[in-house]
Amino acid sequence: MIGLLLQIFAAFFFIGIFNFGGGGAMISLIQDSIVNTHHWMDAEAFTDIIAISQTTPGPIGINCATYVGYEVMHAAGYSNAVAVAGSTAATLAVVLPSFIIFFLLMRVFNHFHNDPRFVTVMSALKPATAGLIGAAALILSFNIDWQAGSLLPQVELVKSNFPDWKSGLLFAGAFVATYNFKANPIWVILAGGVLGLIIY
Amino acid sequence: MASLWQITGVFAKIGTFTIGGGYAMIPVIEREMKERGWIDEDEIEDVVVLAQSAPGLLAVNMAIFAGYKIRGLKGSLAATFGAVLPSFLIILAIAMAFTNFKDNVFIQKFFQGLRPVAIALIVVPAVTMAQKGCKSWWQWLLMLITLFLVAFLKVSAIWVLVSILVVSIAITMAAEGRKKK
Repeated sequence: MIGLLLQIFAAFFFIGIFNFGGGGAMISLIQDSIVNTHHWMDAEAFTDIIAISQTTPGPIGINCATYVGYEVMHAAGYSNAVAVAGSTAATLAVVLPSFIIFFLLMRVFNHFHNDPRFVTVMSALKPATAGLIGAAALILSFNIDWQAGSLLPQVELVKSNFPDWKSGLLFAGAFVATYNFKANPIWVILAGGVLGLIIY
Repeated sequence: MASLWQITGVFAKIGTFTIGGGYAMIPVIEREMKERGWIDEDEIEDVVVLAQSAPGLLAVNMAIFAGYKIRGLKGSLAATFGAVLPSFLIILAIAMAFTNFKDNVFIQKFFQGLRPVAIALIVVPAVTMAQKGCKSWWQWLLMLITLFLVAFLKVSAIWVLVSILVVSIAITMAAEGRKKK
């Protein structure tokens, strides 16, 4: 139990250190670590957690970390009380790097963010972060399997997230509503859920 | 002077009533700090700019930076504790309830409709970030390479970021070395 808690703490500490792009980047890093690397959770369970994190109050990254910490302990067969310890470990670990970075860099930070070197490094990290978030969305939508030696990757839809054409329409509708029409994400998500009740 | 409990309380209130993450919190934090006279008007702008350029979650950075301006280290701990606590409690309550309701038919239908929407809402920040962050061809290329490495070749995101950090720091240092000569 302590071993798994420490693993959760370490995983989220690294996620906290390497988060250069807010909540969306945090979700992609959590997925990379928890789903792809540690296999503590599958894509379907993680998608549910993202949806809940997007609709509840507070920062999305914190919501997601708290929930994942709970689920990982719970899925490993531990009691609710122990799962709460998992949440605590994940949340503390993900916030801690921000504190360390702030107090290490505090004296220089006022000049730092205008420093051309810092600007150059960030100009490389921002596009990479966009790529990471895009990759997270791709991985949640497609199972991509590329064996060494084969020319093209095998790509198929993640059935639990996109079981049919209706789910494709929901995706397109949600994208247009938020991106083109700047609709409030909370209403878009709730609308998706209500439509799900009607069409499934 | 503001007591630590007051700081925690105000940030907990901000955390409870802002849905949608860090950006939604900025105007609320600005207003609360000004109204209470905890941080001056021009200083709060600095806090926002710094919180956005520092790595990490915007909401957490705002709490750390603003809390520090108010009462130093203790203030930043109190503010961060307050900003995170409501999320933590609300999510725990949902997580505990959800394990019992997961197999309910209506909940399953609700989430079946909700999952493609949640994924669309991740694509939106990816697109807006690419548009804001990619201004020259090498930035577009870097974005595509990252996407390809992580999604297709299953390279860990952290390795990609570490490589980019190392290479970009090396390039800036080399550029400086040239200037000095």
